[in-house]
Amino acid sequence: MSAVEVVGLTKQFTRRQGRRRERVAALDGVSFTIARGECVAILGQNGSGKSTLVRVLSTLLLHDGGSVRVYGHDVVREERAVRRLVNRVSVEASFFKRLSAGENLAYAARFYGMGPAETRRRIPEILASVGFPAKRSKAPMEDLSRGMQQKVALARALLTSPTLLLLDEPTTGLDPRSKREVQEFIRRLRSAHETSTLLCTHDMVEAEALAARVGILDGGRLLALDTPAAIRRRYGATTLEDAFLAATGRALEDDVEEEEAA
Amino acid sequence: MRATVEAVRLQGIALVGVVERNAYLVKRYGFWELAFFAWTVANTLTVVFIAKGIDATGGTLDVERETASLLIGAVIWSYLGIVFETLTETVAWERWEGTIEYTFMAPLARSVHLLGMGAFAVLYGVLRTAALFAVVALFFGLAFPNADFAAALVLLAVASVSFVGVGMVTAILPLISPEKGAQLGFIAQGMLLVVSGVYYPVDVMPGWMQAIATISPATYALHGIRATLLNGAGLGDVWGDLWPLLLLGAISIPLGLAVFRAGERYAKRNGKLKRSG
Repeated sequence: MSAVEVVGLTKQFTRRQGRRRERVAALDGVSFTIARGECVAILGQNGSGKSTLVRVLSTLLLHDGGSVRVYGHDVVREERAVRRLVNRVSVEASFFKRLSAGENLAYAARFYGMGPAETRRRIPEILASVGFPAKRSKAPMEDLSRGMQQKVALARALLTSPTLLLLDEPTTGLDPRSKREVQEFIRRLRSAHETSTLLCTHDMVEAEALAARVGILDGGRLLALDTPAAIRRRYGATTLEDAFLAATGRALEDDVEEEEAA
Repeated sequence: MRATVEAVRLQGIALVGVVERNAYLVKRYGFWELAFFAWTVANTLTVVFIAKGIDATGGTLDVERETASLLIGAVIWSYLGIVFETLTETVAWERWEGTIEYTFMAPLARSVHLLGMGAFAVLYGVLRTAALFAVVALFFGLAFPNADFAAALVLLAVASVSFVGVGMVTAILPLISPEKGAQLGFIAQGMLLVVSGVYYPVDVMPGWMQAIATISPATYALHGIRATLLNGAGLGDVWGDLWPLLLLGAISIPLGLAVFRAGERYAKRNGKLKRSG
């Protein structure tokens, strides 16, 4: 059984154009699988459908067509079972800013069935494992640097022992040192826990360094999904960046229109 | 059987987590809690002074009794405000902090999530309104010599079930309208209390408003609590208020959950279950 099995996934949103409303495809017939313990990176511009894909897998968004299964569980019909297996780290660390790292982690831990005694034991261990200094664990999150906050976000994901980790641009906006630390932690997490990972990123180097296979998502369509070497060969490119340009006709840094509109 | 017990245990831990997080927030916003409490005291005093004002301008009324009656109305208004505000924060605060996606993708049942918010609202509301009641009663030298406080608390507890149910309905509004949804919760609170006899008897209102009052849990809570605190009525004496509250509670919680679930489904279909927009 695959960790993730996505077949013909479609999702449209309604967008206002003056007085008119039109349907815009955010995901258009996307199909792929992720094997147990595998890391797959999805490259795409802003608005290409990466976040929509992550939110469907997180059970935060209902898709229009196709099917999505996580460890054999349907994300709509078996929502609770999927939620037990999945956690994520996004570009924004997203915490209660006045609460400390420890309080925010305890809040998250309770939802996954962790009682006070277990939390008291595990939170310091996990914070230490991501390189978060113990003396800052009682400081409000708003007093921590962005890199520190992202480490707490990783600790939150790890605390729940996810078997599928969704990483939505986890290092965007971090300084080079924090970025390296976060990437190193993701590597360690995968090797220690056999966690399956979907990494959505802008960063070609990060994708190549962390993922076994790389996909190119453009306008909601998955144009390619293969090993980095095979992708380069397919598009006759020497770098992934050139391959992306050849596949989409645009550089990765270019923005396309936002895919989500109410 | 063992799986069911384990599932219940896990949801119980999650429920405690919701209550605990709210307690952390109260602690971390301690200064603001004091400021809001001072505002509520001031607000309540302005209402309760009305009886003394009427007496001073030549009106005839039992000042002490009317002062006490207005105090009860103001305290219940404040309590209802806390319950609604806390339930509305289920979505509104999480959205503002950006944590909403993490909370809503966690494996806790939505009913447990909302009941956790309701449980905290009731605990916190009872403590804060008890303090408000004591401060204002002390200010006016009100003694309540005949009061049956235990019966009043039972009525408030039973009424709270309905208040939480109605609060669940308003809690979904910030998800559907991120900009104005939270304010719509205040409108619902106002609508409920205008027909419920918060500062005046229900029978002074037009007939159509009295008809609406019969389905408002606040009507029975206010009538019953006034009877227990002002006349010393026991639980048996206020059965006429208690059974409608039990009935409304039994209806409002499933109704609140169903409305919230429908709203959540709408938000998930239309991409609104996210930190912004």
